[in-house]
Amino acid sequence: MTTFDDLRHVWLDRITQASDEASLEELRVAALGKKGEISLKMRELGQMSAKERQVAGPTLNALKDEVNSALVAKKAALGDAALNERLKAEWLDVTLPARHRRQGSIHPVSQVTEEVTAIFADMGFAVAEGPQIETDFYNFDALNIPGHHPARAEMDTFYTHRAKGDDRPPHVLRTHTSPVQIRYMEANGAPCRIIAPGRVYRADYDQTHTPMFHQVEGLAIDKDISMANLKWVLEEFFSAFFGTSVKTRFRASHFPFTEPSAEVDIQCSWVGGTVKVGEGNDWLEVLGSGMVHPKVLEAGGIDPNEWQGFAFGIGIDRLAMLKYGIPDLRAFFDSDLRWLRHYGFAALDTPNLHRG
Amino acid sequence: MKFTLSWLKTHLDTTASVEEIADALTDLGLEVEGIENPAAKLAGFRLGRVTHAEQHPDADRLRVCTVSTDEGEKQIVCGAPNARAGITVVVACPGDYVPGINVTLSVGKIRGVESHGMMCSERELELSDEHNGIIELPSGEVGQSFADWLAEHDPEKIDPVIEIGITPNRQDALGVRGVARDLAARGLGTLRPYEATPVKGNFPCPISVTIDTDTLDGAPHFTGRVIRGVKNGPSPAWLQAQLKAIGLRPISALVDITNFFTYDQNRPLHVFDADKVKGGLRIHRAKGNEELLALDEKTYRFGAGHMVISDENGPESIAGIMGGEETGCTDETVNVFLESAWWDPVQIAYAGRDLKIHSDARYRFERGVDPEFTRDGLEAATQMILDLCGGEASDIVEAGAALKTARSYSLNPARVISLVGMDITREEQVHILTELGFSASGGSEALEVWVPSWRRDVQGEADLVEEVARVASLTKLAPKPLPRLSTGVTRAVLTTMQKREATGRRTLATMGYNECVTYSFIDQKSAALFGGGTDAMRLENPISSEMSHMRPALLPGLLQAAARNQARGMTDLALFELGAAFHGGEPEEQHTQAAGLLIGQTGPRDPHGARRAVDMFDAKADAEAALLAMGAPARMQIMRSDDPWWHPGRHGVLCLGPKKILGVFGEIHPKILREMDVKGPAMGFALYPAEIPLPKNVSASRGALEISDLQPVERDFAFVTDVTTAALDLANAALGADKALITDVSVFDEFIGGSLGEGRKSIALTVRMQPRNKTLTEDEIEAIAAKIIEKVGKATGATLRG
Repeated sequence: MTTFDDLRHVWLDRITQASDEASLEELRVAALGKKGEISLKMRELGQMSAKERQVAGPTLNALKDEVNSALVAKKAALGDAALNERLKAEWLDVTLPARHRRQGSIHPVSQVTEEVTAIFADMGFAVAEGPQIETDFYNFDALNIPGHHPARAEMDTFYTHRAKGDDRPPHVLRTHTSPVQIRYMEANGAPCRIIAPGRVYRADYDQTHTPMFHQVEGLAIDKDISMANLKWVLEEFFSAFFGTSVKTRFRASHFPFTEPSAEVDIQCSWVGGTVKVGEGNDWLEVLGSGMVHPKVLEAGGIDPNEWQGFAFGIGIDRLAMLKYGIPDLRAFFDSDLRWLRHYGFAALDTPNLHRG
Repeated sequence: MKFTLSWLKTHLDTTASVEEIADALTDLGLEVEGIENPAAKLAGFRLGRVTHAEQHPDADRLRVCTVSTDEGEKQIVCGAPNARAGITVVVACPGDYVPGINVTLSVGKIRGVESHGMMCSERELELSDEHNGIIELPSGEVGQSFADWLAEHDPEKIDPVIEIGITPNRQDALGVRGVARDLAARGLGTLRPYEATPVKGNFPCPISVTIDTDTLDGAPHFTGRVIRGVKNGPSPAWLQAQLKAIGLRPISALVDITNFFTYDQNRPLHVFDADKVKGGLRIHRAKGNEELLALDEKTYRFGAGHMVISDENGPESIAGIMGGEETGCTDETVNVFLESAWWDPVQIAYAGRDLKIHSDARYRFERGVDPEFTRDGLEAATQMILDLCGGEASDIVEAGAALKTARSYSLNPARVISLVGMDITREEQVHILTELGFSASGGSEALEVWVPSWRRDVQGEADLVEEVARVASLTKLAPKPLPRLSTGVTRAVLTTMQKREATGRRTLATMGYNECVTYSFIDQKSAALFGGGTDAMRLENPISSEMSHMRPALLPGLLQAAARNQARGMTDLALFELGAAFHGGEPEEQHTQAAGLLIGQTGPRDPHGARRAVDMFDAKADAEAALLAMGAPARMQIMRSDDPWWHPGRHGVLCLGPKKILGVFGEIHPKILREMDVKGPAMGFALYPAEIPLPKNVSASRGALEISDLQPVERDFAFVTDVTTAALDLANAALGADKALITDVSVFDEFIGGSLGEGRKSIALTVRMQPRNKTLTEDEIEAIAAKIIEKVGKATGATLRG
C-alpha cells in the first residue's frame, strides 16, 4: 500500500511546484487524464479480488479527489498571482489631479431670496411680482406720495426719458417694491398675504449705496390683523432666517403708505467691528413697516373700513451681508469670479425649512 | 434738526437725563441721530484743593503740589503759573483719559519727582481754548464731580446737543417747542406755557402790503411791521452760543433773531432793510424770466407762476424761500421791516424744486408751518428785536387772513386697539391726544378729535391712531401670533413661472456656471450692440454714462463682467444671470431671460489632456439642458436668425416654430467682442423661460411606462449630402420612417469633403428599433432600413454612402 502513499506525495509535490496554468494542465492530464497514472491505477481495480478492492478502492478514490482539489486550488492560486502581478503593474499616481469639473455657484441675492421665500411661505405668504419700470402712479401716488411730497425728492428717483410731444409724466425705475402691493391688491383683492422680492433703484452710489439693490416687500390684509401680528411675523422671520432667537424693537416713524409706521431694529452685538445678530444689547435698523394706510388700500380697490393689514420692506442684500458676513455691497454687482466663488452657494444647496 | 438741552428746557420743565430724553425721542419717532454731551467726557474728573505748593528742586517753572482729593492727599507736579496753595482745581488721576491731550494718565516722574495725576486747564478738558493756566474754581468741595459743578454753575459749557431726524410729516417738530410738546405728552416733564404778547405800534407802518388776487391761494396771509431806530450788530453771547451749538453761523442780531424763531417755533421770518424798500410790497406771481440776486449771492430766474415779493424796483424776495440781497439787513440797518407770512406748502415745494434752492425757509414752509402763529410770531419777534436791538415798532400791516384749518375726525378707541394690537384705554388715548394739543370729546363710542393748527399732517383717523400709538410707545408692543391660513401642512405657494426660474437657475449652477447679478442699466453703446439703446429705454438722470440705458438683454452685462474678470487674470469663465431684460420703456415691456456665457478653456491644463477650448456645442448642450429642466419639450426645432450679435454661421434658435422661440445659443460675433473689449472666442446663450409652453397635463401622474423585454436593434447608416443640409433634417426624416418601431435616431459622425468632393459631406446616423411583440426578422429590419433610406432621400436628397 505504500505505493499509493508514494503516488500521493509525488503528485501533490508536482502540483505545488507547478509554475503556470499550462504546466498545471499537463499535470492534470498526466495524473487524471485518460491515460493518466491515477486513472490507470483506477482501471487496475477491476482486476483485483473483492477483498483487495475493498481496501484499495476507497484509498484510490480519496487520492483522486485529493489530487483534483489540489489542482483546482493551485489553479486559483496561480490565477490570483497572475492578477496580482498585473495589478501591480497597473499602479497609478493617484495624487495626480482629477479631470476638471467646473464648480458653479448661486449668487447670495438669489440664495437669500429663496431663504426668505421659504420662511414666509410657511406663514402663508405667496410670491408676487411687478415691473421694474413703473408709472409714477404705482410708485408714488397710489402709495399716498403725491407730487409735492418731500419723500419724492428724497428718494433719488431714476426717471425714464420722454420723447418730445409725449406729455405723460415720465415713468420711474421703481424706488421700492411697494408698487407690487397696489398691483396685487387690484388684481386679487383681500384677504391676502404676499411677499414681493425684486430689484429696486435709487440714484445713489457711494461706499454703502448702489444705484440698484434688492428688497422684499411684505403685505398681509385681513379683517383684524394688527401691528402686534406684524411684530410676531418679523420676529419669527428673523429667528428662522438667522437660526437664532432674534428680538425686534419697533420705533415710531413715518412712511406715507403706512400708519402707524415703525422702523424696526433687530437685537445685535458689535464685536471687533463685526455685527452678531440675536445677542447683545445693541440695535440695528433693518426695515420699515406699518399698518397699510387707508388711502393705499383704497388705491388698491380695497375698502379700508372692512379690511386692515400690515406691510413691510426689507433689504435682501442687507440681509445677505448680515447673515453671511459680506462686507461690501458694491461687490455684489461686480461679478468678480473670486467673489462669486467665495460668497456663492452650491447649486443644490436649496433653502427650505426642514434643512434650516 | 439740532437743539441743546438747555434750549429744550426753555419749553419743557423736566428733570429727565439726556439719555432718558434721547430714548424717548427715538421711540416717539423723532429718531436721535447723535448726541454731543460734553459732560460725558468729564465723568471721571473731580474737584481737589491745593494744600501746599513748593518749587521743584530741579526745574524753575515746575511746582510740586500737594492736592487734597477724594482719594486722599496726592503729590502732583504742575507747570501752570497759577498753581498755588488754596485754589480749588480739577484733578485727573492715573487711569483717567484726558481728552484735550489724548492721553490716559499714569503715575510718572517729572525731573525726578513723582507725580500722581494732573490738574487740568479748560483746553485739556476741551471746554474752551483757554490754556494760560489750570482751572481755578470759585467754589466747590473736594471730591465733588466737576460735571456736577459745571451743571450747577456754568451749564452752557456742558450743554448737550441733540440731533434728531425729522420725518416729512412732523413739521411741528422742526421747532424746539414741538419737540418739547412730544416729550411732555410722553410724561417726561411739563410743557411750559408760551404766549406771544402783542407789541403796541407807535406809528403807522410806512410800508404797505398787497396780495394779488391770483396769488391769494398760495399766499393767503401776510403780516409785517417796521421797527425803526434799531441798532444791529452782533447778537448777545447766549444767542450766538445757542446758534453755534446747532451749527448755525451768527450773522447779526436781526438775522440771528429770525433764525432763532425758525428753530424755536418753526416760524421762518424775513427782515428787509426798510430803507432799501421802495414803495409798498406786492405779493404776486412772476410772469417768468424776472431775475433776483438772492441772499446766497446767486441770481435766480423766476418761472411763470412762482410767487414773488416785489417793490417798485421789482422783485425783492423769493416768497417763502429766500430773501433778496438788495434789501437784506446789514450792520448799518437802522429801520427794519419784519415779515411773518404763511405760504402754501405745495406751491413752495414746486417753486423750490424748480429753482433748486434748499433753504431753511423752504424746508419748513413746504412741510407746513402753523398758520395760526403767523401774527403771533411777528409779535414775539418784534419784542425780541426791541429787547436786543432797541427801536420803536410801527402798527402791524396785514394782508389776507390766517387760513382756517380747524377740522375734526372721528376716532374709535376700539379701532386703535384693533390696529395697533395693544390695550390702550380710552382714557389714555384721550390723555395722549390732549397733551399733543388735540381736543378729544364725546361720550358715545367714537371720539370727536379736533386737530391743532400746527399739525397739518393729520388728515384722518389713521393719523390719530398713529399719534396715540407712538406716544403710548411701540417699543412696548408685544408680539401676537398671526393665525395660520389653514390648519395642517402649509400649502405650496410658488407659481409655475417662479418654479421654472428657480429650477433654471440651479440647473445652470449645477452645470458649472457662476451666477452673476449685474446692473439692469448699461451704457448706450453696449445696449445698441444688442438691439437696444433707444431713447425709449434711456434714463433721464442716469448716475453715469455707463448706466444710461435699460438692458435689452443679459449678455452685454455678462460680457462686461467677463472683460473685468479677464483684466484681473481670470480667463476661463462660465457665467450666467437670470433676470429681467427690457424691450421697451413701458412697465409691461419687461421679460425674463436666463443667459449664459462661456469663454476660454474647459478647464486648467491637466495630465490627461482633457482641456480644450469651449465651443458652440458646449453652449448648445447647456442651453438645451436648462430648457429641458425648465419644462421645454425634448425635441425643438433649430433655426437661424439675423441678430447681428451672433456669429452668422454659428448660432441656432431653439424654437417650437418661427414664433415660439425658447432660446438662442451660439458664438458671439467677433465684432461685438472687439467693441466690448472681451478676448474671445465667446459662446453664449439666452433663454426665455416664459415662452416654454405650460404642461397640458396638470395632474402629477406621469402616465404608464411602456417597456419591452425584447432586445432593441441598432443599425448604422451613412448618408452623403450637401454640406448645408441640416443633420437634424436627416435624423427627423429617419425617425419618421416607422414611428412605432424607431425610438431614437442619433447623429454620430460627420465627414466633410475628401473623397466625397467639394461641398459634400457624409452624416452617420444610428437608428434604434424597439420591437414590441416579437423579435424582428432580418427581412423586417431590411424593410425598415429601405424605408429609412427612402424617407431621408426624399426629405433631404441625401443618398446612402456607397
